[in-house]
Amino acid sequence: MAFVIVTAIIVIGTVLWNFVSPWWFSPLASNWGFLDTTILISLVITGIAFVLISAFILYCVVKFPYREGHKSEYEPENAALELKLTIITTIGVIALLAPGLYAWKLYVELPTDALEVEGVGQQWVWSYRFPGEDGVYGNTSGRLFSSKNTFGLDPDDPYGQDDILIRGGEVHLPINNKIVFQLRSKDVLHDFYVPQFRAKMDLVPGQQSNLWFEPTVLGTYEVACAEYCGTGHYAMRGTVVVDTQEDFDKWLAEQPTFAETMNEGANGEQIVQTLGCVACHSIDGSDGIGPTWRDTYGTNRALASGETVVIDDDYIKTSIVNPMSQIAEGYAPVMPAYATLSDEELTAITDYIKTLSE
Amino acid sequence: MDQNSATYEGQKMYDPKGWWDTYVFSQDHKVIALQYVCVALAIGLTGMFLSLLMRMQLGFPGLFESIDAGSYYQDVTMHGMIMVIYLLTALFLGGFGNYLIPLMLGCRDMAFPFVNMLSFWMYFLSVIILVASFFVESGPTGAGWTLYPPQSILEGTPGGDGAGIILMLASLAVFIIAFTMGGLNYITTVLQSRAKGMTLMRMPLIIWCIFLATFLGLLAFPALLVGAIMLIFDRVLETSFFMPEIFKGGEVLDYGGGSPVLFQHLFWFFGHPEVYIIALPAFGIISELISVHARKNIFGYNMMVWALIAIAGIAFIVWAHHMYVAGMNPYLGFFFATTTLIIAVPTAIKVYNWVLTLWNANIKMTVPMLYCLAFLVTFLNGGLTGLFLGNVAVDVPLSDTYFVVGHFHMVMAVSPVLALYGGLYHWYPSVTGRMLNDTLGKIHFWITFIGTYLIYFPMHYIGFLGVPRRYYSNEQYDFIPQSVADLNQFITICALIVGLAQFILLYNFIVSLKKGAIASKNPWGACTLEWQALESPPGHGNWGEQLPVVYRWPYEYGLPGAKEDFIPQNVPDEQIVKA
Repeated sequence: MAFVIVTAIIVIGTVLWNFVSPWWFSPLASNWGFLDTTILISLVITGIAFVLISAFILYCVVKFPYREGHKSEYEPENAALELKLTIITTIGVIALLAPGLYAWKLYVELPTDALEVEGVGQQWVWSYRFPGEDGVYGNTSGRLFSSKNTFGLDPDDPYGQDDILIRGGEVHLPINNKIVFQLRSKDVLHDFYVPQFRAKMDLVPGQQSNLWFEPTVLGTYEVACAEYCGTGHYAMRGTVVVDTQEDFDKWLAEQPTFAETMNEGANGEQIVQTLGCVACHSIDGSDGIGPTWRDTYGTNRALASGETVVIDDDYIKTSIVNPMSQIAEGYAPVMPAYATLSDEELTAITDYIKTLSE
Repeated sequence: MDQNSATYEGQKMYDPKGWWDTYVFSQDHKVIALQYVCVALAIGLTGMFLSLLMRMQLGFPGLFESIDAGSYYQDVTMHGMIMVIYLLTALFLGGFGNYLIPLMLGCRDMAFPFVNMLSFWMYFLSVIILVASFFVESGPTGAGWTLYPPQSILEGTPGGDGAGIILMLASLAVFIIAFTMGGLNYITTVLQSRAKGMTLMRMPLIIWCIFLATFLGLLAFPALLVGAIMLIFDRVLETSFFMPEIFKGGEVLDYGGGSPVLFQHLFWFFGHPEVYIIALPAFGIISELISVHARKNIFGYNMMVWALIAIAGIAFIVWAHHMYVAGMNPYLGFFFATTTLIIAVPTAIKVYNWVLTLWNANIKMTVPMLYCLAFLVTFLNGGLTGLFLGNVAVDVPLSDTYFVVGHFHMVMAVSPVLALYGGLYHWYPSVTGRMLNDTLGKIHFWITFIGTYLIYFPMHYIGFLGVPRRYYSNEQYDFIPQSVADLNQFITICALIVGLAQFILLYNFIVSLKKGAIASKNPWGACTLEWQALESPPGHGNWGEQLPVVYRWPYEYGLPGAKEDFIPQNVPDEQIVKA
């Protein structure tokens, strides 16, 4: 009897929970409301099956308890009953599958009248590219990536010169516009996911994947990486700001083109953003995967080896080029070596870190 | 050597000559089964311990300084791999398969006892290699249990600087060799060594399940093997099977032209059948237990067998439902969603037939029966949420969130483990000749059943909210409210209690060896052959002089006109005592 009572509570609780759960869909901010509908359809159909079958089990347990000397009914087969159940199940499955496939058709057919944005992932930062005035993206190649050419754009391709580059993790999008995201990754798998938009797609190095949605509510949203991408996966946070068309146009006009970025001198702040340093090393004093940079220049640092060193230019540069040689105490030895940065770039980064301690 | 002949004479049995031969390098399937069970449970406890470390970080972030992001991901990875491969696959097929196949089919041993022994020792070696990775510099791989490249073989991934990933892949390769040796044995034994009268359609359903799961394994594991070998090549020889051009750490790496998605196809071509490699034996255990303890014939035996065959077949064409948002050709989604939902039909048939077995039955609420019923509820829950994730568009908002964590733990962690425990309580008397303690069994059952439900059920709802899985910490996200952190604390506390409760089972196991009530030869009144051996527990060679002869199907409960409520498979019609 205990089993019946406890299980009945579990089953009823499972159903009621759907009406009182403090956690439910994030507020919808895109055109993908139909995906929520498919979840609700699934909840109703599977919920009915769950309750009916569970109730049947409990009924049997109550109704047919063991009685000494009693024998159970002998009925090895009942073809008619099995056929009926198979048909009912098939109908249920079709009722689930039909809206699912329909929604998938909407999801994978990219609109042609959409604004195009390229999303680029790397450990552990997001960046974006708009095709610029000519409306055509410049060619890219994985071989052309460098700390300066962070999108791997072909410098000789005339279409690429006006491409607008968004570095630093925050992108703006115009409201009520269809947006097609073309996604690629520089290093490992990532996944572009904004809970309020519902849409989601992996970024795969060496190929392009696509995703589309239409933002419908103004505001700032978080991008959370949804495909495990290493130690800093949980810290790969970006933001999407949904603007009015007017604000969006104004914002876009302020962003640098590829040609402009290639003519920039070494800018420490820009480099640490584009290399993704700030995913682990905060600039606001909070602790992360690595130590913060805020107010640390000139202070002492205890190392995992037991030594203590002063944080000066030399220490910072060595830590970038050969991080394993001087791991700070209390931190995991997970930082990749950035051995190919030029002296000019190293100095720019060091100078930038200095400014955080003023 | 005709295994079907009814006499012992003329059969060459391998006879152990001393202690080592009997207990260590044994060729007796029952000893090998026990060896599998012990090693699998030991490594499974390790896997459980790793999950508790993860839970400590999620419930009480920062409480243990030693759990940093890197080691958290190493725990995640090793927990997943250990539980799926080294615990459940090994225990169900190596443990239950080895013990039950010869006993239930009425033969003296596996077809190839020596290969069977080798299979166990290769498995043991694979576990040693796996455990060794905890002790190498920078520890085991933290690439996630799916080992997706490029990340899995790059430095900078947790454990990626050392030999962790190589040891993991090598261990898998050795495991697959072990599985192949064991698997060919199971297949051959089932097809060739059945007792006289034991037609295929008179085999107990658990043998059907193990047989089909082994088939799945033999066809699916090679995909993982080639994937693992190619991944080792990519890492060691710098080939680029799975490696495109990669820019990392400020430089372009020496790779190019490979496809990360190709590995995912290979992995899941193995990985999805693997789900059924675990699920089918669990189905089998439930089929046996529910019939024996409800004192009723299993409902729809023929349909059950055909449903199993259908599931095993379709299991090979659903793999890409793990990859809807992985960047493969999106139009494949239509096909894989359809096949995935079709597989729900034979699976549902199995559930219907189990619950219909309870109708007009004579249900004994023994500990194995409790586990059976709990399995039905949990499997129902976990199976139904699979219809969300399999249904392509519905998967989009839910994939890679806690909904997925809740779903697969319900369906392929909790459910198989409940079946496993039911099976252990049920067959313990056959193995040891003693009963497990009932009270301890019930305490263990209640904590495990309620505890796991409380752990995994709420996860689905933070999945609705969009909380991504494999996050070391949620702190920096504004869309994740404080209540999620509170829930995580609650789940961690439940997990600790459930984790501790497993030691009740362990204690019960050890103490009952010496102190348990002496079991009668057939304590549950079961029809299947393993309870009809001359001795209890069955001795070497299982059947003494005379091999059993089978006269009926394995579920002859409540036969009208008979005095007893069960007729064992080896009782001919003329020996049935009339009521």
